[in-house]
Amino acid sequence: MDWDLLRSSFWPMLSGGLTATIPLALASFALGLLLALVIALMRISGQPVLSAIARFYVSVIRGTPLLVQLFVIFYGLPSLGVTIDPWPSAIIAFSLNVAGYAAEILRAAILSVPKGQWEAGHTIGMSRALTLRRVILPQAARVSVPPLSNTFISLVKDTSLASLILVGELFREAQQIASFSQQFMLVYMEAAAIYWVFCLVLSTGQSALEKRLDRYVAR
Amino acid sequence: MSPADPLLRATALQKSFGGNQVLKSIDLRIDSGQVVALVGPSGSGKTTVLRCLNGLETPDGGTVAFRGGPAIDFGPKVSKKDALALRDRSAMVFQTYNLFPHMTVLENVIEGPVKVQKRPRREAIADAERLLARVGLADKRDDHPFNLSGGQQQRVGIVRALALQPDLLLFDEPTSALDPELVGEVLTVIKELAEEKWTMVIVTHELAFAREVADEVVFMDGGVVVEHGHPDQVLRAPHHERTRRFVDRLLNPF
Repeated sequence: MDWDLLRSSFWPMLSGGLTATIPLALASFALGLLLALVIALMRISGQPVLSAIARFYVSVIRGTPLLVQLFVIFYGLPSLGVTIDPWPSAIIAFSLNVAGYAAEILRAAILSVPKGQWEAGHTIGMSRALTLRRVILPQAARVSVPPLSNTFISLVKDTSLASLILVGELFREAQQIASFSQQFMLVYMEAAAIYWVFCLVLSTGQSALEKRLDRYVAR
Repeated sequence: MSPADPLLRATALQKSFGGNQVLKSIDLRIDSGQVVALVGPSGSGKTTVLRCLNGLETPDGGTVAFRGGPAIDFGPKVSKKDALALRDRSAMVFQTYNLFPHMTVLENVIEGPVKVQKRPRREAIADAERLLARVGLADKRDDHPFNLSGGQQQRVGIVRALALQPDLLLFDEPTSALDPELVGEVLTVIKELAEEKWTMVIVTHELAFAREVADEVVFMDGGVVVEHGHPDQVLRAPHHERTRRFVDRLLNPF
């Protein structure tokens, strides 16, 4: 075992993880979630046109590979005269992608809140928007935490695709170190281990969040 | 309008769901301080009447007028704003309580006054505490609904409606989801409200309660009002065969 390589490659990879992988995932997830809420609300709006647009969006996002989406934005758009840097390209691609999946999760979570909650909001004089914000979303949040955590954990790992559009994240560091040292097995296993630890931490966070949101819900 | 006018007058209310005409033509008049019990077999449309009055359903036709407000004509051209204006005159108490599970008892009660009516929070809390004390739940203010019994939850539901200070309280089978031993505590609260001259419409299957508390009983069947009048008359000496059969069935279920 080449301990020196293991140690010398650890810091660049970890730093790529902390300065690129995690921020990339967080930013994309936050933006994606916002867009997902808009799409979910369009879907359940009862307006045929809005609903159709939302369905089409989800269908395209889920029906095409993330890598293709990333390449269309980074390598494809320049031929239309739109050139976007690696970082923004990655964030755009990942958030558009996350939105497609999270929209369905949020839609299901919103629909899982009993209709009586909407009616209770109505009878105390709330508009639909206020009911959504004060009554429905807090309850939908609890339901959507486990599936959204899944989405987020997938996203953290999917950010490795950004290495292919030259973002200096964890896996790009790993590739460079591996080709330089020719120790592919060791370096890629080390990269895998770092991803794994990241995801373990996130899973712990998920449990804590679920517990917090569970406080007031009868089980 | 003068004070002698009814608090609410509904005429020719109609409502269909799909091809099923649930309300054929309902006329209703409710005076201030009056307690009206709406009784009838299930599927007779009584809950739908209540929901129409609160704007939870939009009637297909007919008019609803509250004293001091416009007569809202539910034709094909009724505006959403008009239909919503109705809602602010009344508050509904639901069969299954529909409390907000993520809020404490107090938060449930002040949500409407603070977030919708924009009353000062401190004032809303003081009111809520007074109302909760009145229904015997002062010590539950910081609990969440799932920690309460059904009877306690329904009393919170009533307080949530009262806190809005509506002109009209609507009760949709308020004790139907309760265990039998918890029915009494909720009916007691409603009876006290009647004594305080709250105007109420109560959909109920508790005929003994209706006879005791209501000033008027309205018997509905098949989407129409079959008869209405003083509880003693409608429930003890009904004019109509349909009413008689219904009362008999409830009094002698076996």
